[in-house]
Amino acid sequence: MILYDYILSASCYKVRLMAALLGVKLDLVAIDFHPGREHKGPAILALNPSGTLPVLVDGDLALTETGAMLAHLARGTGWLMDDPRWLDMAGQLNLSLGLARLHDMLHYPADITTVRRAGVLCLRQLEAHLTERRWAGQIFLCADCPTIADIACFPNVALAPDGGVSLDEYPSIRLWLRAVRALPGFIEMPGIHRMHENRA
Amino acid sequence: MIPQANLDAWYPVAMAAPVTRAGQETRLLGMPIRVFRENDGSIAVHGPAGPLPVRQRFDHVWASPGNPAQDLFTIPQAEAIGRRHVPCGVVRVKCSPLRAVENFLDIAHFPFVHTDVLGAEPHTEVNRYEVAIRDDVDEVWATKVTFYQPQAAKSAAGGITTEYMYRVPAPTAAVLYKTCPARPGEWDVITIFVQPLAEDLCDVWPWMALYDDTTPTAELIAFQQMIFLQDRSILENQIPRLLPLDPGMEVPTQADMTSIAYRRWLKRHGLTYGAQMVAA
Repeated sequence: MILYDYILSASCYKVRLMAALLGVKLDLVAIDFHPGREHKGPAILALNPSGTLPVLVDGDLALTETGAMLAHLARGTGWLMDDPRWLDMAGQLNLSLGLARLHDMLHYPADITTVRRAGVLCLRQLEAHLTERRWAGQIFLCADCPTIADIACFPNVALAPDGGVSLDEYPSIRLWLRAVRALPGFIEMPGIHRMHENRA
Repeated sequence: MIPQANLDAWYPVAMAAPVTRAGQETRLLGMPIRVFRENDGSIAVHGPAGPLPVRQRFDHVWASPGNPAQDLFTIPQAEAIGRRHVPCGVVRVKCSPLRAVENFLDIAHFPFVHTDVLGAEPHTEVNRYEVAIRDDVDEVWATKVTFYQPQAAKSAAGGITTEYMYRVPAPTAAVLYKTCPARPGEWDVITIFVQPLAEDLCDVWPWMALYDDTTPTAELIAFQQMIFLQDRSILENQIPRLLPLDPGMEVPTQADMTSIAYRRWLKRHGLTYGAQMVAA
């Protein structure tokens, strides 16, 4: 499988992370998203007319939506789940915290106050849900094991401080982030660090 | 009050190639400036009081809000034929511009922040190296820096002991010369050019001049952005926000000699924009 990839993209990282956790090897093709805007160039537009990253190509299949890629990678495994809420949340996180991060980091135009506020509303919803999960003795979003929902939501939440949104107020979210980072096979991306602190 | 020494220095304000006639608004030392292309194709930078001195070098546009006594520095090694010049775009960081430079000069954090790329445990020791403020050129230099690196560059196949030289030729620019995996005997040149937007906010423009004929440009840029973005979250959490120029609660060690020389050099010249003078 070939992933057209940008190292700083939270969405591309979702796919890299999912593949790493499943032990699936991806052939990465680096696309110069910034400053080159290569995702709007002919090579990517031929695969994906909307010119977004990532693009996952598996034989004749070219996928352009991250949730669909995660589901494709996880077919036939315990990582699939049937609750649409958290894949939907992943989309909202991308448009709020994800956009705030691109604004603060790479000069993307955005109404920063509005997108940060939308991000905080998402975080409050997540925090409430994850707190209830903890009361039920659980740590992951919608099953007793991690699913594609956790991987879909994890990057933009973990990278929230990059967009000027602090995670200090969300203890259940922070515990969940640690649980994801502690998964066997976890890989980091710039802005999300490895768990040195858990080493013996 | 902005110190005169800071006004009279050169700063990067844009990547040259994408500048249009319509231009772009940005800031320099807190002042609004506009970078735009003239009808004859040259690039101009205007501040609140009119045009500023401008240079085009290293694929970037440089300007000074004052009257610089010295011309913008050069990097003769980077001009050699066969080198690829790679401007890497801009990354905004909520930190003092001086902290961004200082971080670039630091080696000790490699195994912890750039794990398995620029460093790895247990190879955490920073060997003794040499640091000088060279009076003839008025620059900070660190030489004979060596460090074990699992993947020193995009073109490196495995772990090597890399040799480094660091150079600070301007208050917010730093040049790194490091072992070139593809061509032993030559140095790869990697720089960061830092544009001070405010005392605690900067735009960072990484730039490289490499011997590497095979790696696609997108991969070279991705490698550099990966490294720099691993630093960004650390930089945004450093306290105090401004760089302390007087020793206090921060206790430097042998590994921090370059940083000490940089701070001393800034203080000697009164380059205190983004610095704090009260001991932290």
